[in-house]
This record gives sequence, structure tokens and C-alpha cells, in this order.
Amino acid sequence: MAYKMPTQKYSGKILEVNVGSDLKLGGESVLPFYSFDGDIGNKPAIGMEIWDIFPESWPAGVLDVFKEVADDPVKWAKHCIEKYNPDFICIKFEGASPDGLNKSVEECAKVAKRLAENVSVPLVIAGCSNNEKNAKLFTKIAEALPNKSYVFLSAVESNYKEVAAAVGLAYGNIVAAESSVDLNLAKQLNILITQLGVKPDKMVMNPGCAAVGYGFEYAVTTMDRIRLAALEQNDATLQMPMILPVSFESWKVKESVVSEEEIPEWGPQEERGIAMEISTAVGVLTAGANAVILRHPRSVEVIRNFITEMTE
Amino acid sequence: MALNGMQIYKLLPRKNCKECGFPTCLAFAMKLAQGGTEAEKCPYMSDEAKAQLAEATAPPMKTVKFGANDTEYTLGGETVLFRHEKTFVNRPRFAIMFSDIMAQEEIEKKINNINTINYTRINEEMYVEIAAFRCESQDKDRFISLIKKVTESCPKVVPMIITESPEIAEAAVGICADKGPILFGANEQNYEAMTDLAKENKLLLGVTADGKENLYTLVQKLQNTGYKELLLDAGSRNLKGAFDDMVNIRRTALLSGDRTFGYPAVAFVCDMSQDKMMQLACASLFIEKYASIIVLSDMDYSMALPLFALRQNIFTDPQRPMRIEQGIYKVGSADEESPLLVTVDFALTYFIVSGEVERSKVPSWILIPDAGGYSVLTAWAAGKFNAKSIAKAVKEFEVENKVKTRELIIPGKVAVLKSDIEDELPGWKVTVGTEEAAALPNFLKKYKAKEAAS
Ligand code: B12
Ligand code: SF4
Repeated sequence: MAYKMPTQKYSGKILEVNVGSDLKLGGESVLPFYSFDGDIGNKPAIGMEIWDIFPESWPAGVLDVFKEVADDPVKWAKHCIEKYNPDFICIKFEGASPDGLNKSVEECAKVAKRLAENVSVPLVIAGCSNNEKNAKLFTKIAEALPNKSYVFLSAVESNYKEVAAAVGLAYGNIVAAESSVDLNLAKQLNILITQLGVKPDKMVMNPGCAAVGYGFEYAVTTMDRIRLAALEQNDATLQMPMILPVSFESWKVKESVVSEEEIPEWGPQEERGIAMEISTAVGVLTAGANAVILRHPRSVEVIRNFITEMTE
Repeated sequence: MALNGMQIYKLLPRKNCKECGFPTCLAFAMKLAQGGTEAEKCPYMSDEAKAQLAEATAPPMKTVKFGANDTEYTLGGETVLFRHEKTFVNRPRFAIMFSDIMAQEEIEKKINNINTINYTRINEEMYVEIAAFRCESQDKDRFISLIKKVTESCPKVVPMIITESPEIAEAAVGICADKGPILFGANEQNYEAMTDLAKENKLLLGVTADGKENLYTLVQKLQNTGYKELLLDAGSRNLKGAFDDMVNIRRTALLSGDRTFGYPAVAFVCDMSQDKMMQLACASLFIEKYASIIVLSDMDYSMALPLFALRQNIFTDPQRPMRIEQGIYKVGSADEESPLLVTVDFALTYFIVSGEVERSKVPSWILIPDAGGYSVLTAWAAGKFNAKSIAKAVKEFEVENKVKTRELIIPGKVAVLKSDIEDELPGWKVTVGTEEAAALPNFLKKYKAKEAAS
């Protein structure tokens, strides 16, 4: 008997979403990287994370790389684009946090506008940890940057109405729907946002991220299930591309923050942070992420290499 | 392929003697088809019928073993393609590649790394399980001395002997048979001799061919010899090709139900890139997607930490959440003056927190209330970790009789609970701890110093 390779052909397809002017996410009709089954769509995209304020709290392993440029987001973004060539820049408005500097939304919008005018790649706008403030922040930034098709990270259960209305409906940008590691919650939020009138191809999802070793299996399983529902059952409410802010999680766990003096046998701190970021990124890409957000240039280089080898 | 009740019935002696405990042979056959009884219960079945039945009722992917005694490992036996469908059962094992034409310093460095990586994460001991030896010199003595050197320096590793020469293989097996090595390199030309050697020593046999089609034919030949302790390699040494092999070998077994590929497979990540971080990326992929042995060039702590953590996560049984028993736990020689911390009953969280408390060398108490088995924020968001559940635990576990302190350290992520808890527990003071447990050693040392000063 000769070998017969099994294939999995699906009726569903992930939507193709245009970010900025020419970055395309999604479009695949098979499981992640299953080119032997069919069309794998667009290559997963890589973004680099920057902050609106100097990232004092970043562990030394990654702060040292950017400390010369991190005092100004435009300088920082340009540095990243010129040296590391990311597909997009993710600016996180940490300075907007009411628990921190509590910068006004007007001030943040100015930063976003200045950034948009000075960079050649699309932006992903991420908020702070306060969902109420984010609703106002996103509204203001979307207003300042209308019809850019930038991604706003994220609309959550408690603020999706305001975020979707401003970002998706009034000002023509892309809404990222963020849920907490649960297929049903992801589905429900997508439905609510589309019911407001946001077109599914103006949306992406963040189904919840974690670093490897820290409840990561729940993140992977949720993503697996979302992808199978989208492809196998052709569930249109789950066919948006997924974006995972890997760096938000991977740089705060012990492996990345403990210094070499504290645990000498673990070796250089920078290497550990990079390794946690790479492993987490590959972990979510393998489960269906269409875009990942990273911090360290070395992670960007390796993940790009990984994606190229898996797709070409 | 599975047999139905009628097909099984035809294999039975049809005596209706009831010795199996069933009224008729047919009833027995029906039950057997559902997996509700065992073939052994019928004393009159022919050996041939038994073999046929065993074949028909065997799982789609064989479970195999390698190693010996304390370092014996199980591979394969997977029944699903995605962990949510049931669970993944046998985690992949990591191997470090040695070659007999490698420079001495390089060999020493790898030996040193293997012996350095050794730690416990959530009750699981983490270390490199396998040393792979590739014979490139074609010089038997040189190869043997490499295996000797490494296995003597790293007593825990199980050798994986990689050669296509049955003669060299035999000599290598000769010096480490007691360790239950993996014998790798049965191919189209040598498979008869290699199978004999594996059979004789009961070894897991690695089968290699150029491409899935050739591998498939080769495995069929091997199976005809009756030896089924196999490990598969379809030959790809680039990432994309190896991913294709890994996914399709697994799908052939589980989706097509074709047992020719119903064996675990090996990924030679060491040949896919020279860059350590790229090897880490490849290995992460193959943990999620279906490798049973992952061979790396080398491994240091920066690679071990994410790889072992990812493996531990992916191979957690989703139907059995890791929960820790509620109660009050002592870390170190805590006495009634020692600090008291509270965390949740999610095993992952508990082990991380208790590990950090241990590292601080400040003897402490850890209180575990009923938090639904969730992480700190999950439990808080689900309404399971709050002032009420914490106060209840303080009473239930008679904390006030065990410690003199009336101060409770709570996780930084739930700082909002402070005043609620103080309301629920009159006479108690709540201190907000750090957000991440990694900062606990410093926090506890300062906490202790402050207490001593006051
Ligand atoms: C895995 C996960 C789940 C799993 C649960 C697994 C489990 N057994 O806990 C599942 C999928 C079931 C789940 C469910 C939910 N989840 Co959940 N989940 C996560 C996820 C991805 C990881 C959590 C984890 O395992 N962390 C690792 C452990 C080790 O962290 P930890 O317990 O916090 O411990 C650390 C620190 O707190 C500290 N620490 C711990 N104890 C102590 C004690 C002291 C004294 C000190 C000083 C420090 C300390 O040390 C540890 C290491 O640093 C997070 C997102 C994320 N990336 O964190 C969301 C997250 C926690 N979940 C969230 C939510 C909302 C939920 C749900 C309520 C969603 C819903 N509406 O249904 C449900 C609740 C369950 C239910 N249905 O009733 C939110 C919480 C939001 C918030 N800020 O309140 C999060 C943050 C996701 C998000 N961004 O929205 N979740
Ligand atoms: S013991 Fe065997 S022969 Fe006797 S009734 Fe049962 S199945 Fe039939």
C-alpha cells in the first residue's frame, strides 16, 4: 500500500484585513503554516512595541537597547524602523494611566499624530491598564487620525461601545476586540461589536495572551479552538485575524526580570528575556496569531527568520 | 482499523460456554467491541484470533519506551491532534547532539551545560534527558570513547546512538545497553541488521528515510519483521519540511487511522539552524506540533527556561486543573512570629509563590483559601478570591491560633482588596505585596528587617 497524505480542507477562511495602507493580515484557509493543505494567506506580521513615555519599568535586558532613543516616541519608532524593519509599530500609551502620569488624551493624541506623520509603517495604538481612560484616549486618537486603518488595542467588554463607535464607525480605523482566554467570550464580543455596525474586515482579535509557563496552555487552546471554529465550522463571528501582544507578557515574568547577580547559574538576563519572547511568539504563531508584538530587536530578527522559513 | 461486534464474533470459538461471564459469545463480542471487557476473559480464543483482536483494538499511535530504571521514558500514545479534545499524554524529551569529530572544548561545554541545567518547576524536575551521538568519523573506537566520556560525565542522560553502520551500532550498544539507549539509523539498506540488534536488546529503533513515501514503505517492511518499537524520521532537515513531516505523520496515524505512521517522531532541530535562538524557535514549534524527541545542538538556561515551561504547559491535562489543597502552609521553619502571605489554590501560582518565599530564606506562612483553583486575577475576576473567601480561610484554618501576627500580605495584583479584608477581619492589618512573585525575596527581607526594627 502506498502512502496517502491526509489533508484537512475547510469551508471557512480567515478574513483579510488591511492595516494602514498596505499591510495585509489573515486570508488563510488552513491551519497556521499548513501550506501542505492549502492557502496560508498573508505572512504573519511583526510589530515593535514602543511607549509614549520613557519605559523606566522595562527590565535592563531590553531597556539598555533603547535607552538612547526612548525619551521620544518618534525618535524611538524611527530607530526601530530604520534598524530592524518591523511591519508595524505598536505605541503603548502607558503615560495615560490614571495610576501613573495620567497624561491628558489631547496630549496623547498629539503624540500619536506626530508619530503618524513621521513613520513609514502602520501604527497599532495600545492603551494603558485603565479601560475607562482607554475609551476616551482611543476616541481622541482616532479622531486625530481618521481613516488610517490603524489598529486600536483594545476594545474590551466594559468599553467596546465607545471604542467601536469612535474607532470603527466614526473614524475609519480598526478595532481589536480583546477577551479573556475563552472562545465564547471572544465570539460574544465580536458579535456585539459587529452589531454596532463595525464591518468584520475592520476588526482583529486579541483572545488573551500569556507568557510560556504562565497559563500559556489556556491561551494556545483558546486560539486553537477559535481557528477550528472559523475554518471547520465556518463560524463568521470568529474569522478575524488575531494579534497577540507577546511582549506585554513575556518581559514581566521572572525569567526576564531577575538579574544575573540574583541567580548566577541562569546566565545573562538579556538572553533569558529574548528567549521567553521568542518562545512565546512561536507558541502563539503556531496556534494562529496573524501578528505579534515584540520588544527586542533580536527577537524580531529570529521571529522574522522563523516566519520566512515557515512560509517560503 | 477497529472491528465491530459481528467481526469480532466471527473470531470467537462460538461455544457459548459462558466462562467469560457473558450469556453468549455474541454478547461477549458486542461488549468487547465497545471496549467494555477484555479479550483475555475468553479462555478458548485461538492465538491467531487474539493477535488479530489486539491489532484491531490497539490505539492509533503506539506507546514506546526508552531508557532504564529512573530514567525510563514513555513516548507516543497520543490520541488527539489538539489538547482540548482530550489531552496530550507523553511530553517530548530533549536531546543534545554530540559528534565524534567535534572539538574537545565543544564537548566539554555541552557536558557542562547538561550538568548545570537541573531545577524544579511546579513539582517537575527539569533536565536534559538524552545525549545523542552521531558517528561521523566512521571510526568505531573514537565513537565509543565519546559515548563513554559523555555518559560517564552525565550519569542521567540516556544515549541515542546515531549511525547507519550495524557494526558500529552493535559496539556502541555493547557499552551502554543497560541504559536502554535509542538506536537510530535503520534505513532501506541496513534495516534487517539494525532490527535484529534492536530486538535483541529491546531498544527503541529510529527509522529514517528520504521523504514520507519512502519512510512509509520502510516502516511496512519493518513491521513485517514483527518489531514495533519505532521512532520515525522522514528525513527533512529544514524547518518547513520537518514541520510538514511532523504534522502529517501524526495526522496519518490519528486522522487516517493508519498505524504505519502510528509511532512517535524525532525532530533534528540541531540541523535546521546554527543560531541558538532560531533552534529555540524551532523547538518551541515542535513542542506544540507533534515531535516526541527534539534534538538540539546545545542547551543553556536561557533556552531551558522557556522550553521546559512551554512543554509543561502544553502537556497539562485540560480536564484536570492543577489545584492545591486549601490550608495554611509552612515554608522553612516558620514560627508564630513569621510573616503570613495569602495566595490562591491554583497549583502554578502556589508553587511559584512558595518557590520565591523559599528563595528569600525568610521562613513564612502561606494561606490558601478556596479560590476556585484559579490564578490571582482570574479568581478575583470570577469573584472567588476576595475578602470573604480570605476571611473564611483565616477562620477555618485557625490562623489566629497558629500565628501571633495580625498582618496579612496580599498579592500586589489585588491591592484593591485591602480595605475590604480589613473590614472583614477586625484587628487585622493588610499589607499589599509585590505584583510579581519574583520580587518577593527582596520584599520579604525588607519586611522582616522593618519588623525587627519596630
Ligand atoms: C489562564 C487564564 C485563565 C484560565 C484559568 C486558569 C487558572 N487555573 O487560573 C481560564 C481560561 C479558565 C480563565 C478564565 C477567566 N479569566 Co482568566 N486569565 C488567564 C491568563 C491568560 C493567565 C493567568 C495565569 O495563569 N497566570 C499565571 C499565574 C502564576 O499568575 P498569578 O496567579 O497572578 O500569580 C503571580 C502574581 O500574582 C504573584 N502572586 C501570586 N500570589 C501572590 C501572593 C503574594 C503575597 C504576592 C506578593 C504575590 C503573589 O506571583 C505570581 C507570579 O508572579 C490571564 C492573563 C495573563 N496573561 O495573566 C487571564 C486573566 C487573569 N483572566 C481574566 C478574566 C477576566 C477571566 C474570566 C473572569 C473571564 C470571564 N469573564 O469568564 C474567567 C474567570 C473564570 C470563570 N469563568 O469563572 C482577566 C482578569 C482581568 C482583571 N484584571 O481583572 C485576565 C487578566 C485576562 C485579561 N487581560 O482580561 N483565565
Ligand atoms: S468464554 Fe469464549 S467461548 Fe465461552 S461464551 Fe465466552 S466468548 Fe464464547
